[in-house]
Amino acid sequence: MNLEYYSNLAFVTSVVAYALAMLAHAAEWATARRVDADVSVEEVREPALAAVTTGQNARSAQAAAPIESSQTAARPSKEADRKRVDQFGRVGVALTIIGLALSVGGVVLRGLAAHRAPWGNMFEFTTAAMVFVVAAYLIMVWRVGLRWLGLPVTLLATIGNGLAVTVFYVAVAPLVPALHSVWFIIHIAAAAIAGAAFNVGGLMAILYLIKKRAEERGQVRGYLTRLPSVRRMDVLTYRFHAFAFPLWTFTVAAGAIWAEYAWGRYWGWDPKETWALVTWVIYACYLHARSTAGWRGSRAAVIAIVGLASFWFNFIGINLLVSGLHSYAGV
Amino acid sequence: MTDTQTRVSPAAEPAQRPELPALGPGGALRFLWTQLTSMRTALVLLFALALTAIPGSLVPQRKVSPVAVSDFIREHPRIGPIYDSIGMFNVYSSPWFSAIYLLLFLSLAGCIVPRVAVYVKALEARPPATPRNLGRLPAYAKADVVTTDRLLERAAATLRRQRYRVDIRDGSVAAERGYLREAGNLLFHVSLLVLLLGVAIGSLFGFRGTSLVVVGQGFANNITQYDDFSAGASFRDSDLRPFSLTVKDFRVRFETSSVQRGAARLFAADVEVVDRSGAAPRSTTLEVNKPIQVGRTKVHLIGHGYAPKVTVKDGNGDIAYSGPVAFLPQDGNFSSAGAIKAPDARPERLAFQGFFLPTAVVDDQGPRSVFPDALNPAVFLNAWYGPPKVETGVPENVYSLDTTGLTQFKDETGDPLRFALQTGDLIRLPDGKGSIQMDGWVRWVKVQVGETPGLPISLGAIGAAVLGLCLSLFVRPRRLWIKISEREDGPSLVEVGGLDRADARAGLSDDVAELANQLSRPEPGLPEGSKGSGAT
Repeated sequence: MNLEYYSNLAFVTSVVAYALAMLAHAAEWATARRVDADVSVEEVREPALAAVTTGQNARSAQAAAPIESSQTAARPSKEADRKRVDQFGRVGVALTIIGLALSVGGVVLRGLAAHRAPWGNMFEFTTAAMVFVVAAYLIMVWRVGLRWLGLPVTLLATIGNGLAVTVFYVAVAPLVPALHSVWFIIHIAAAAIAGAAFNVGGLMAILYLIKKRAEERGQVRGYLTRLPSVRRMDVLTYRFHAFAFPLWTFTVAAGAIWAEYAWGRYWGWDPKETWALVTWVIYACYLHARSTAGWRGSRAAVIAIVGLASFWFNFIGINLLVSGLHSYAGV
Repeated sequence: MTDTQTRVSPAAEPAQRPELPALGPGGALRFLWTQLTSMRTALVLLFALALTAIPGSLVPQRKVSPVAVSDFIREHPRIGPIYDSIGMFNVYSSPWFSAIYLLLFLSLAGCIVPRVAVYVKALEARPPATPRNLGRLPAYAKADVVTTDRLLERAAATLRRQRYRVDIRDGSVAAERGYLREAGNLLFHVSLLVLLLGVAIGSLFGFRGTSLVVVGQGFANNITQYDDFSAGASFRDSDLRPFSLTVKDFRVRFETSSVQRGAARLFAADVEVVDRSGAAPRSTTLEVNKPIQVGRTKVHLIGHGYAPKVTVKDGNGDIAYSGPVAFLPQDGNFSSAGAIKAPDARPERLAFQGFFLPTAVVDDQGPRSVFPDALNPAVFLNAWYGPPKVETGVPENVYSLDTTGLTQFKDETGDPLRFALQTGDLIRLPDGKGSIQMDGWVRWVKVQVGETPGLPISLGAIGAAVLGLCLSLFVRPRRLWIKISEREDGPSLVEVGGLDRADARAGLSDDVAELANQLSRPEPGLPEGSKGSGAT
């Protein structure tokens, strides 16, 4: 059996699944435009989200579909529209689960084919990181009803895996001696997981800004009404970053320890190292901004997005444009 | 970098800064002001640090690649010198970059030290007094109770089990937990200062140098044996540990299959180390991720290349030079450039410059190497001659040829003489000026020898920083108050109010309701008796 062939097949199919999931979520957004801005929608979700009220089992309320068949009996057509919105959302999640299963299969087969951890070049890192992104998203869909993030996540997953199989693709090959180290597993796995959390958090920050702007203009319509309150989005965004930041710190530290073994210095201002630090500092700004009066909310969200841009530049820009010691892309 | 985490309800604000009243309103304002400004300053400095670090990754850096810097200056004659004058080629040791991170650390220290004092006081403080109206707290629940007997003690015991600090007073229980959050925050920031200290120690007392060692030859840890060497201000040459090593063999393997053809697959140098003069040699292997340790000195394998072995005979027929000459790799296929110098050749000295190609191919692109391993090794050389040169003692680059005072050999047509040699080939130079023979080739390795004394401090600081970061982000401080009100006309009332001091927390309301519910039951552990009537 040619493991590499099936791995590639799985990745390509996952791109299709993610793209279909994205279409389903796009349809979810589009049909939601027909449902008027209805404050009650937000209220249904709000108790669980704002965590201010007592008594209710928050989780069950969160996990439930956003639209309960309550106050809509008088408006049957609206009710039908809502059902359709919800159906598209469910289809999107189902397709995302299929896409994730395929990418997990692809990553595992790739690892088996290469006899090592499957993150030795840009193609492998992207596909592995996308598994973490989508897995984190799906776990949060299950735990806190994060389905409203479906469109950007599936968009990211489609682009990520799509770029991986087309532009970044390299065939299975052993590692160069510089990567023969236990830190290869630790450093890169930590980077992929932290990166996944930064990505999900960054996507949330983008939606947060869109909704916040709409709220300030008094034009919360269509799908935006179905997003949680801005306050809730802000807290969730923070949580993803709060999870990712220590892990990113660890990633940089683990990289420094490895560099001490491999290159005889723990810090050498290699472009990749520099940008990892720049990214770290921007996210440190985000955390500080969130606890600084006048910087909370939109400004902090913008910083988070800048941090994500820096992360992406470090990954794509530095790998492809700048030569340094971290030139493992193999593209 | 003062961290004023969390928006707390105004009612509870005064209680959390026990030192404020002593300052008076003016002092309090000033305190708030400095706090605000220092946080903003820190933010600005952080941004500045991120921004100023960027050019160093895009513009070549002298410390990383001096050749790239001189190339850059040559290619950009106008902007190059400007860059040079503002330290663009030494970003990370430039005054502006240093100023930013030193200011940042100063602001950090100025913020952390007072906060440690505040924290130490807070550690001894009792949980804040119970607010009069618990209903105004973010989470609130109440329940009827049959008996108030030992109810507060029960509540206190429950909360203590949940690791709250508990204080019973005036018919109420005040409880607080999550002190580790601020501790973690402080630990993180202090660790950054310690990290800076570790880095400073390393750069003051450490050293690092590289040496190119041809296989079969050795290296003694002596300042004269280094090709390049840099050390901290407090380093003395006598600090070099007197060890030596000999490279017995260097094993290399490259990918030969179609995927990633030519990528390195194995680098391993078999070396013999003599830990101190007179000690018995020990055999060991030096690999890319496995440095050799001699005391506190570490030896890393950081490069390799080829050295053609040649014999140069002069016009008198005497051997003017014989042995390996290291050539420096120029590309991924190890096309290597170098110079062979025979200054002792007589009557005229001889010199050669050119390329060593491990897998030589000559096509319309000229001679080049197409694979990094030595499958078809050859040297391609030009030759010069000139009158003997007076020894001046001025150091010269051994890898390139300074052709001043030399005349290039020409062939019959008047073009510069070019020739290729493979192992065993011999070329006689025109006019009986001498000959050169390629005897073979050998590999060389580049070792880096260095010491970084502050390393354990930096490593410990990083570990502590990550731990502190986790505590400060994941510990969720919470305050709870429980109050019992006796009522004339019915069962007594137990009220529970709660407040989260970090806004990343969910489930406060559930916990508060659960606690009220639990307290309303007659005894812990018994089936549910009276129902808690949770309300907001």
